[in-house]
Amino acid sequence: MDLLFKIFVEPFALMVSAPDLLAQTLWEGLVGGVLYALIALGFVLIFKASGVFNFAQGIMVVFAALTLVGLHEKGVPAVLALLLTIAVMFVLAVAVERVVLKPLVNQPDIILFMATFGLTYFLVGLGELIFGGEPKVMITRELFLPQGATDLQLFGGVVRIQHIDVAAAVVASLMIAALAVFFSKTRIGRALRAVADSHKAALSVGISLDQIWIIVWFTAGIVALVTGIMWGARSDVSFALQIIALKALPVLILGGFTSIPGAIVGGLIIGVGEKIGEFYWGPLIGGGIETWLAYVIALLFLLYRPQGLFGEKIIERI
Amino acid sequence: MFYREAGQYKTSYAADMAVFPLREDRIGLAVIILAAYALAFTRNDFLLQAVMIPFLIFSLAAIGLNLLTGYAGLLSLGTGGFMGVGAYACYKLMTAFPEVNVLVWILLSGFFSAAVGVLFGLPSLRIKGFYLAVATLAAQFFLQWAFNRIPWLYNYNLSGAIEAPLRTLFGVPIIGPTATAEVRYLVVLTLVIGLTWVASNLVHGRIGREWMAIRDMDIAAELMGIKLFQTKLLAFAVSSYYCGVAGAMLVFLWYGGAEYTVFDINQSFFILFMVIIGGLGSLIGSFFGAALIFIMPIGLGIALPALLGPFGINVGAEVIEQLRFMIVGALIIFFLIVEPHGLARLWQIAKQKLRVWPFPY
Repeated sequence: MDLLFKIFVEPFALMVSAPDLLAQTLWEGLVGGVLYALIALGFVLIFKASGVFNFAQGIMVVFAALTLVGLHEKGVPAVLALLLTIAVMFVLAVAVERVVLKPLVNQPDIILFMATFGLTYFLVGLGELIFGGEPKVMITRELFLPQGATDLQLFGGVVRIQHIDVAAAVVASLMIAALAVFFSKTRIGRALRAVADSHKAALSVGISLDQIWIIVWFTAGIVALVTGIMWGARSDVSFALQIIALKALPVLILGGFTSIPGAIVGGLIIGVGEKIGEFYWGPLIGGGIETWLAYVIALLFLLYRPQGLFGEKIIERI
Repeated sequence: MFYREAGQYKTSYAADMAVFPLREDRIGLAVIILAAYALAFTRNDFLLQAVMIPFLIFSLAAIGLNLLTGYAGLLSLGTGGFMGVGAYACYKLMTAFPEVNVLVWILLSGFFSAAVGVLFGLPSLRIKGFYLAVATLAAQFFLQWAFNRIPWLYNYNLSGAIEAPLRTLFGVPIIGPTATAEVRYLVVLTLVIGLTWVASNLVHGRIGREWMAIRDMDIAAELMGIKLFQTKLLAFAVSSYYCGVAGAMLVFLWYGGAEYTVFDINQSFFILFMVIIGGLGSLIGSFFGAALIFIMPIGLGIALPALLGPFGINVGAEVIEQLRFMIVGALIIFFLIVEPHGLARLWQIAKQKLRVWPFPY
């Protein structure tokens, strides 16, 4: 009885009695969710266009952020470093297309998945070799990102809002809007959608797959860079970020692998669910449940809707 | 020349269907097994402790995952967690009933991991592919959390680690601080050979064929009367059993003691590499994969300083480590491009070439 009370009554009583705490938890969950959504966005872009489940997205985030910070440390001005990093991500996209994707075209999904593992290892080694393995501080001020926090008076309590979080939310929304326009209004965007629908049909109407893949990986690289800047500003730029990037997987499951709105909604659900679960129910079973709660939410969800919230309906034929 | 089927007549159906139809194959296998046993008497502790014991244990784990992913077509990223279940179950059983021989507990601990595997395999009835892979990640992270946060599992140790107590077989210590590398190697070798033999019989029999039918097309398999529910869960159970035994061996016969961090997500990926590089759906591929993924970094660690030394490039251990990461990553991509079906396919091609030598085909 006592346990049931603790599970079903106490957390909700706490939510009602201390709405400021609830608001703070919700806000943090939403911000975490935006960042998960950003990582998931990178996955979705590549999965849609090339059918590759890109495991290296996590390390691309780290690599982009490291390049930016590392270049700045070597005395390059911040804006120039940003441009150079974008150039590096472009070179990476071209290299991946030439060296990895092109020779492996038309192979089973799992082989391509595996190849992105190889890419991950390579980038981990390269990143550490050039910039060293120790955590670095993101150059927040040089990139004109706001710092500090505002305390809001809400529900008779104080809700603390970090400025960088607001900036992250704004930048993420802008980027998603830009991507949406890019996908639906431009020539390249339409070509991308065609490739996503069918490689063969796209080839037959004269769309160059090579070109499209480079563009997609480059776009994913830019998304990775933005994600890296925002994550890096909240914590440090280190290789531990790579494990956090795995959190994007339950987000993808919730949203569906092929849906950009799905990535956003999934990210927000996972972010909020995780924070609320950890804060209100975590202490009951010893805390630290943040590491797996997201996956269990996704797992339970899958049992009801195997294709995710916005995923395409799975139709099987013999 | 020396690898020919000429003159070997098969007079019964059983002989025709044999796993090793050629006499040369059988002789080769016997030689390899004998050589493996003979290695124990070289008294080379580095070779046994740092190379052979972990290589065999990882091969066993790779066989476990290969049964699930390669034969039944169910992608799993929870291998590390299932290995951990075996290790912790073995630890609890061993310390609770010290009078029973530890080998019994190592083999029995796999059943606990099989039960957990079945539980987390339940979603596989609804979902497949990458969705299933992410679902098994839930098992991985949940189990790792449990190993850390449930003190009962490690007998309320202050260190939070599980350590191998001294246990003997016929008076010879086989696990614990005083067990020598040779004895542990012999135990590992025998267990791995025995379990590989069982796995080989499984995949060549009815169960293995059912798994492969499901892998190739599950709807068609169901129409042919294969029960998806039982067969998929059986694949999870058998696979987790192998992983669990491998996990128990990893901790008690190799490390001697371990914390929950041994069974993290990287361990799962590591085993998956072995399976894919070695060849999906091939037992011998599991050994090849384990050899490549596990022994290659060790070899590079030795070879790189020796290679770079003569050019006057003296690099620190850190740089060697980073170069190793890069080379391993590049080699994974290289092998996938050269032969996406894994090293097992290369092995097959080599055997075929040898059979028709000196003719090209």
